[in-house]
Parts: sequence; structure tokens; C-alpha cells
Amino acid sequence: MDQLKLIFKRNLWNENQVLRQILGICSILAVTNLMINTLVMGLGLIFVISFSSLTISLLRSFIPHRVRMITQVFIIAAFVILVDITIQAQLPEVSRALGPYVGLIITNCIIMGRAEAFAQKNPPLLAMADGFLAGVGYTLVILFISFIRELLGFGTILGFNVNFAGFETWTIMVMPPAAFFIIGLMVWAASAMQLSRQQTQKPAPPASSVGQQASR
Amino acid sequence: MGTPAAIHPIVILLAAIFTSNMVLANFLGMCPFISVSNEYKTASGLGKAVSLVMLVTTILNWFLYHYVIAPLGLEYLRFILFIVVIAASVQIIEMALDRYLPELHVKLGIFLPLITVNCSILGISLFMVIRDYTALQTVFFGLGSGLGWWLAICALAAIREKIARNKLPIGLGGPGITFIITGIMALAFIGFAGTLMIQ
Repeated sequence: MDQLKLIFKRNLWNENQVLRQILGICSILAVTNLMINTLVMGLGLIFVISFSSLTISLLRSFIPHRVRMITQVFIIAAFVILVDITIQAQLPEVSRALGPYVGLIITNCIIMGRAEAFAQKNPPLLAMADGFLAGVGYTLVILFISFIRELLGFGTILGFNVNFAGFETWTIMVMPPAAFFIIGLMVWAASAMQLSRQQTQKPAPPASSVGQQASR
Repeated sequence: MGTPAAIHPIVILLAAIFTSNMVLANFLGMCPFISVSNEYKTASGLGKAVSLVMLVTTILNWFLYHYVIAPLGLEYLRFILFIVVIAASVQIIEMALDRYLPELHVKLGIFLPLITVNCSILGISLFMVIRDYTALQTVFFGLGSGLGWWLAICALAAIREKIARNKLPIGLGGPGITFIITGIMALAFIGFAGTLMIQ
């Protein structure tokens, strides 16, 4: 149970895959202009990462070390195909908007990262929980970004109009650069908070080491 | 914007480099773009390797898609088949370079295996299918995407080398400032948007 709590904390904040590890950025930025697309993408990723972590962990003693990467890619691709077919059948409109990005869940570094770093060394259920929570951490971050972009770019939240008189929508929020600016500011805030917490815990480290940590 | 078959290959080439740049407009290949861009030389090496692999794999995947996948109705398996082609051609390119151009191999060596999981490689194969390009258009699209990626990472690395000596607010250094620079670069590239009218 303690271990579960540790995983929970680590994936959601301390080592949040997006904000702290800077993984899985590609797919994030492209799908965050509308919340509904983001939600579908996030749920798809949670499904794929949970079950691929489970499968990889179940098979961990059977996979030869040398071919493990390609085996992991196969397992992940199989789950992504399930997600892609489901989205195409149930939500054809969202599927068209997401375009190739559902397929690109295969090369999302978060999934491979969790498989390499956790699933292949830990028991199945724990691995599944780890994958699930890493996926939740990712989804929360992208939902937050898409919330800002949709609100300011279209004046809507999840498609509901919240425009009020006199509010001009920001065209830049619909365009790619906005995603870079928002994620940049979020990464800045997250690492600044982490650094200041470290400083209060330990006696303040010399300025040069802070600079190194920050530029890592 | 006409039907895809009507777009001139040269237009596709230029569009892939500038207006719909893989990194700055489509957000593909971000992970290595952020993490391997702190030094100009290595960034340029990675850029060359990515360009080469992109060109080879899109062409291979075009033939695979139009002569094997589509006739047999295996569209739902395309992710796996494309990834296999990519992984295999990265392996073959690595061996061929080792045999015939050992100097280049030493330079690109560490990057080649990383490329298999670069989203932009799989991404352009999927774009190529969605946009229904002909063989000739695919060649130019693959070439342009690779060159665009190379151009973008070189530009970012050059900026980051200058910025490395500056003092930044706590926590902004590293990935944070890199994202913001990338955002400004993406804004600059939007300036090309009016010149070409596809996608």
C-alpha cells in the first residue's frame, strides 16, 4: 500500500511525465486546441499505457533482453490499434480531428519509458497502477493546457459557449505557438516550485549548483 | 488548395520545409528536439540522420501501403507494419553506413537507434497516407520534412548556445526556456504561411 502511495505521488507530481521528465510532448501539443479532442486522446493514452504496462509486466520473464524494445513496441501498437478502431467507430468526428496523432501514441515516449523503467521489473498489478497513474498525470496536464487554449481561443469550455460581451477571442491560442508558450510556462512553474522546496528542505545550495540543476 | 494529386511536388517540398514544418507546425519529433538541442554540432548530426531516415522510410512505406496494405485490406495493421519498416530500415541504414561510410557512421552512430522512436518518422508516413500523395509527391514530402526538421533543430541549437551563458530566472533554464524559444520560432515560421496554400 505504501508503495502504491509512492507511485501515486511520483507520477502525479514529483516526476510528472510531462512537466518534470519532458516526455510525450509531441502528441500533447497538437491535440490541445479543443478540450474534447484532448479528453479522448488522454483516455486513449491511459488505456494503452495501463494495459501495455500490465502485459509487459506479465511477460517480463519470457521476453529475451535483446529483443525487448521491439516486443514492447508490438504490444503497444496492438493496444493503439484497438483504441484507433474504437474511436473511428464511435467518434468519427473526433477521429478526423485527431488525424495521425492517435497512431502516434505508439511512439509516445511515456509508454516506452514506463515499460522500460517500471513494468519490466515489477509485478503486474503494480505495473498497471503505475502506468494508469502516469497516464492520469499526462491527461491532467494536457487538459489544463487545452482548457486555457479553448477558453481564450474560442471562448468555449468543452464546446459550451462562455463568451461574454466585449471578449475578443485570442487567435494566437488556436495556433501552434500558444501551446509552446503555455507548456514552457508550466514547466517553468513546476521546476521553480520543486527547486524552492528543495532549498527550504536543505541548507541553501551554492548558486552554481542551482544553475546546473535548472539547465539539466 | 486543389485535390492532392494536383499539387506540384516542389510546392510540397517547400511547404514541408517552411509552412507545415514538422516540429513547429505539427509538433512531431519534439522529444529529441528539446533534449538533443543544447549543442549545435550534435543537433546538426541528429538532423542529418533524421532527414535520411525520413526520406527512406516514407518511400518504403508508400510502396508498402499501396502495393501490400491497401490491396489486402490490412489498413488497421498499418501502424505495426510502418513501425516494423522503420525499425528495420534504421537497422539496415546503420549497417550500411558502418560498411561503406564509416566516418559518417561514427558521427551519426548514437543517434540512429534513437530515431526509431522519433514520432516524426512514423508521423510523416501517416500524413502521407491521409493526404493521399502520389509516389513522386511522397519523395518530395519525405525530403522536405527531413530538411525542415534539420533546419529547425539547427536554428534552435544555435539560439540555445547563445542563451547558455545568460542568467535566467530560477527554474526557467533547460526545457522551460527551450519551449518558449520554440514558440517564438513557430510564430516566425507562421510568417511563411501566406506564401504557400496547402494544409
